[in-house]
Amino acid sequence: MRLTALDRKLLRDLWHMRGQVITVALIVASGVATYVTMRGAYESVERAQQEHYASHRFADVFAQLKRAPNSLTAEIASIPGVSVVQTRVVVEVNLDIPDLNEPAVGRLVSIPEHQQPMLNDLFLRQGRYIDPGRHDEVLISEAFSSANQLQVGESIGAVINGRWERLRIVGIALSPEYVYEIRGADVFPDNKRFGVLWMSREALGPLFNMEGGFNDVVITLAPGASEAAVLDRLDQLLEPYGGLGAYGRDDQISHRFLTDEIAQDRITGIFVPSIFLGIAAFLIHVVLSRLVSTQRNPIGLLKAFGYSDAAVAVHYLKFALVAVMLGTAAGAPLGIWLGQGLAHMYQNFFRFPVLMFVAGPKLIVWSIAISAMAACLGALTSLRSVVALPPAEAMRPESPPQFREGIAERLGLARLVSISARMILRNLERRPWKAVLTVIGMSFAVAILIVGFYFFDAIDYLVQVQFRTAQRDDVTVTLAEPHGEQARYDIRHLTGVLRSQSFRIVPARLRFQHHSKRIAIQGLESDADLRRVVGQNLDVARIPPAGLLLTTKLAEVLGVEPGDTITIEVLEGERPIRQVPVSGTVDEMIGLSAYMEISALNRLMREGPSVSGAYLSVDSEKLPMLYSQLKRTPAVAGVAVREAMLESFYRTIAESLRISTTALNLFACLIAVGMVYNGAWVALSERGHELASLRVLGFNQREISFMLLGEQALLVSASIPLGFLVGYGFCALLTTAMQTELYRMPLVVNAKTFAVSVLIVAVASLGTGALLYRRLSRLDLVAVLKTRE
Amino acid sequence: MSRQSAPAAVDAVFHMHKIAKVYHMGDVAVHALRGVTLDLLPGEFVAKSTLLNILGGLDVPTSGEVHYRDHNLTAASREELTRFRREHVGFVFQFYNLIPSLTALENTTLVSEISENPLEAEECLRMVGLGDRLHHFPAQLSGGEQQRVAIARAVVKRPEVLLCDEPTGALDYATGKIVLEVLDRVNRKLKTITAVITHNSAIAAMADRVIRISSGMIAEVMKNERRASPAELAW
Repeated sequence: MRLTALDRKLLRDLWHMRGQVITVALIVASGVATYVTMRGAYESVERAQQEHYASHRFADVFAQLKRAPNSLTAEIASIPGVSVVQTRVVVEVNLDIPDLNEPAVGRLVSIPEHQQPMLNDLFLRQGRYIDPGRHDEVLISEAFSSANQLQVGESIGAVINGRWERLRIVGIALSPEYVYEIRGADVFPDNKRFGVLWMSREALGPLFNMEGGFNDVVITLAPGASEAAVLDRLDQLLEPYGGLGAYGRDDQISHRFLTDEIAQDRITGIFVPSIFLGIAAFLIHVVLSRLVSTQRNPIGLLKAFGYSDAAVAVHYLKFALVAVMLGTAAGAPLGIWLGQGLAHMYQNFFRFPVLMFVAGPKLIVWSIAISAMAACLGALTSLRSVVALPPAEAMRPESPPQFREGIAERLGLARLVSISARMILRNLERRPWKAVLTVIGMSFAVAILIVGFYFFDAIDYLVQVQFRTAQRDDVTVTLAEPHGEQARYDIRHLTGVLRSQSFRIVPARLRFQHHSKRIAIQGLESDADLRRVVGQNLDVARIPPAGLLLTTKLAEVLGVEPGDTITIEVLEGERPIRQVPVSGTVDEMIGLSAYMEISALNRLMREGPSVSGAYLSVDSEKLPMLYSQLKRTPAVAGVAVREAMLESFYRTIAESLRISTTALNLFACLIAVGMVYNGAWVALSERGHELASLRVLGFNQREISFMLLGEQALLVSASIPLGFLVGYGFCALLTTAMQTELYRMPLVVNAKTFAVSVLIVAVASLGTGALLYRRLSRLDLVAVLKTRE
Repeated sequence: MSRQSAPAAVDAVFHMHKIAKVYHMGDVAVHALRGVTLDLLPGEFVAKSTLLNILGGLDVPTSGEVHYRDHNLTAASREELTRFRREHVGFVFQFYNLIPSLTALENTTLVSEISENPLEAEECLRMVGLGDRLHHFPAQLSGGEQQRVAIARAVVKRPEVLLCDEPTGALDYATGKIVLEVLDRVNRKLKTITAVITHNSAIAAMADRVIRISSGMIAEVMKNERRASPAELAW
C-alpha cells in the first residue's frame, strides 16, 4: 500500500508530537488494560461459576436439621417443584493437622460409598475417590489442602464423636458448594483452620448416630418452580425434625460471596475504565486543538488545493485514532496479562475446577470500539473547527488572543499580584473551560489514588474495629451442643485461661410483617469486655437487659425500628415462638447480627444458664497446651484464634489488594503525568514565542519557567482539594455500590491517604516540570526576532 | 551626538574583531558573516540580523571576538549573556512580540521590574505617544501602536544599546514613519546607541553611520553628515 502524501504528513505530525501521542496512548492503555482486566475477570469468573454449577449440579435449596429418618426423603421429593433431592450427614469436628498448633475445624460431608452423580458433585483434582468399605478414607478440599500443604496419602487426626480417629487423605476435591470456603459466621476465610472433608455416608452415619437418617438436605428445583413455595413446604416438613430453616442460593454463603464479588467486578469494570478513557478524550481534545491551531496555514493550503473539508477532517481524526489505537494495542495485551494474574490470585479465594482468564474477541472488539469512541469524542471540537475554517482565513495568521483584566484586578486587588502572576491568571481566565477541565482531570488522578489507598484504610479500620475493639478474646471456643453451668466452669478451668465470658447462640428465624431472616441470635454477657458490640464510630453498644439489639443492616432487611416487636421462631430444642421488642440498633460493618443479653436469651428459651461457648483470654505461654487440650475435647466443635485469623487475613486478602491497588495507582500516576505534561506542552507551544521574546529581553530561564510552570502549578494545586472531594465522593459511592449483606465497608479515609496521594501527584508533576524546564533552556531565541508566531 | 572616527576603539561601546558566523543548515553551510570588524560608539545610530544577534548576546560568532566595554561576549556563558541583555540591551522586534495577556503599561513595567535603574514605564509610553493607551491590551492596539509599546518596553531599562530588527518591516508607510520618529526621538533624548537592521535603504538617511553588508561582508561604511529627520524620508 502506498502512503498518500497526507498520510506521510500524518506520520510526521505523530512523530513530531510523539511526547503527546505517547502520554495519550499510555492513558488509553491504562483504561483499556483496566477494562480488559476487570471486565475479563468479571466474565471469566461468571463463566467459571456457571460452568462449575452446571457441570457439578449445584443445588438450589439447602436445609440443615437435627435428624430426620431417611423415609422423609420421599416426602421431600414429592414437594411440587422439587426436581432432585439429596440427603446427607454434615458434622463439624476438631482436627489435628500436622505442623499446626491450633486446632482446626473440619466439616465432614457425607458422600455415597460408590461414586455416583450427585448434587454438589465433586471435582477430583488429585488422587482418587474413596474406596467402599474403607471407612477411614477422606477427600479434602483443595483450599484446605494447599493452606496446610496436605498431600494425598497423608493422615490427619480428628475427634469424632469423642473418639480419636485417623483419617487418610485419598484425594483432593472441589465442590460448587465450597467455591469460597468460609465458615458460616466468619468474617474472612481461614483455609488453614477450616476445611471441608468428604467421607463415606456409611462411615459417617454410625459415628454420629445418623444411621438411617440425615441432618442435611439439598435440592434442585424443576424449571419454573417457585423457590419460596418449596422453602415454605420444606420448612413445614422439617420442623418436627429440628429443621434450622431452608434457604436458597442467595443465602448460601459461598454463592453469596462469589456473586457479590462478580457484581463488584462488574461495577469497577465500568467505573474505572470510564475515568481513564474520559481523561484520554480530554487530552486528545487538548492536543488536537493545539495541533489544528498551529496548522491553520497547512489546513488552508490543503483546502485551497482542493482537498474536501471531510478529507482534511479525517486526516486530523486519524491523528487521534492512531494515538488511541497505539494505546489500545498496548493496553489489551497488558490487560490480558494482568487479568491472568488476577485470575491466578482469585484461585486463592475461589476454587474452581478451571478458572481461565479469557478475554474473548468480543471483549477486544469492545475495547477497540470504546477507545475509538473516546478518540472521536476528544477530536470532535477540533474537527468542527477544521471543517469550519475557510481556506482564505486559514492562510492568515490567527488573530491575536483577546485578553481582559483578570478577576483579581477587577476586584481591585491588582497591586497584590505581580505582573508575571497576572499573566498566569489571565491565561487561565481566557479559556476558563480548559482550565476547569484540566483541574477536573488532574483531580481524578488524585481521586483514583485516594480510592486505591482507601481500600487499605477501610480494611484496616474494619480490622481495628472488629478484631481489636469488638473482639478482644484470644480464643473463641464453640461447643457442639449447648451445655449448662458445668461447662462454664470447665471452660474457665482449661489450661492457661485467664478469663472467660460465655455466650449462647440460638438459631432462629426473625419475622416482622412480611419480612423474615434466618439468623443466629447471639446471647452475650452484658458486661462482657472480651467480645463487645461496636458500631462504625467505635461506639460500644450496650447490650439491653431485655429485647434485641440488631445491626442496622438487619433492621433494614426486616424493616423494623427500635420499639417494634418482632417474632422470633427458635429453630432449636422446643422451637418456641416468642414476641420480642427491638431495643436498639448498632451499625456493625460485618454480617447481619442480632444480640441479646445471655440471661434474657436463656429466659426466652425457658432454659437454665445454658452456654454455647466462651470467649477466652489466655496466658500466651500456655497457648500450645490449651490447643492440644482442645484438640482432644469432644464437646468442643470449634476453636477460633483471633491472631491466627488476622494473620491469615493479612497474608491473603490484604496481599491481593496490595497488588491490584499498586497497578491502579501506577495508572493514576500516568494520568497526573499526562495531564501536567500535555497541559504544559500546550502552554509552551502557545507561549514559547512569548517566552523566548522575554528571554531576549533579558529574563532568565527561572523567570520564564515561573511564568509557564506557575500556570501548571496553579492548576495542580487547584486540583488537589477538588481531588480530595472527588476521591472522597468515589469512596462513598464505592462503599454504597459495594455494600452487601456480608460486608459494609466503612467510609474511613485516613489523613495519610490524602497526604500520600498528593505526594505522588506532586512528584509526578515536579518530574514533568523538570522535563519542561529543560525544554525551556532550548528555546530558539534567534527565531523570535524574525518570525511571527 | 558624538561622531568620532572609527578607530577610536577606546571609547567604543562595542568592538568587533574579524567576526564570522557560519550556520549549518543540514548539509549547507551558510556564511552569514565573513570576518567583520566594526566598532560602535556611544550615541550612534547605525544599520544585518546576524550582526544584531551577536551584538545582542543572542548568538556567538563562529570565530572572531566581540567586546562590550570590558566584557568579552564571545567568552561569556549563557547566564552572563542573559545578564548582559538584561542590563544593557533593548530589543525591538519586527513583529513587536508583546505579551498578549499584558496591557501596554504592564508590558513595559514587566521589563522595568527587572532593571536596576529604570525609567518610569508610564513616562516611556508617553514618550512614544501612547499616554492615553496605557491600559490597552495588544489585541486592542494597531500594529504601529504595538511597535511603539515595544520601543517603550525596550528603552524603559535605560539600555546602552537599542537593537531594532526591521522595526518597520510589518508596518505600512505612515505607521512606519511614526515608529521611526519615535526611534529618532528616543535616540536623541536618551543618547542610546541605536542599531537598526533594515532592507529599506531610505531609512539609512536618518542614521549617523550606515554599514552596508553584502554576502556576509561589510561592503561599505558611509557616514551621514546630517541625519535626516524621519519626516523627510520617503520610500
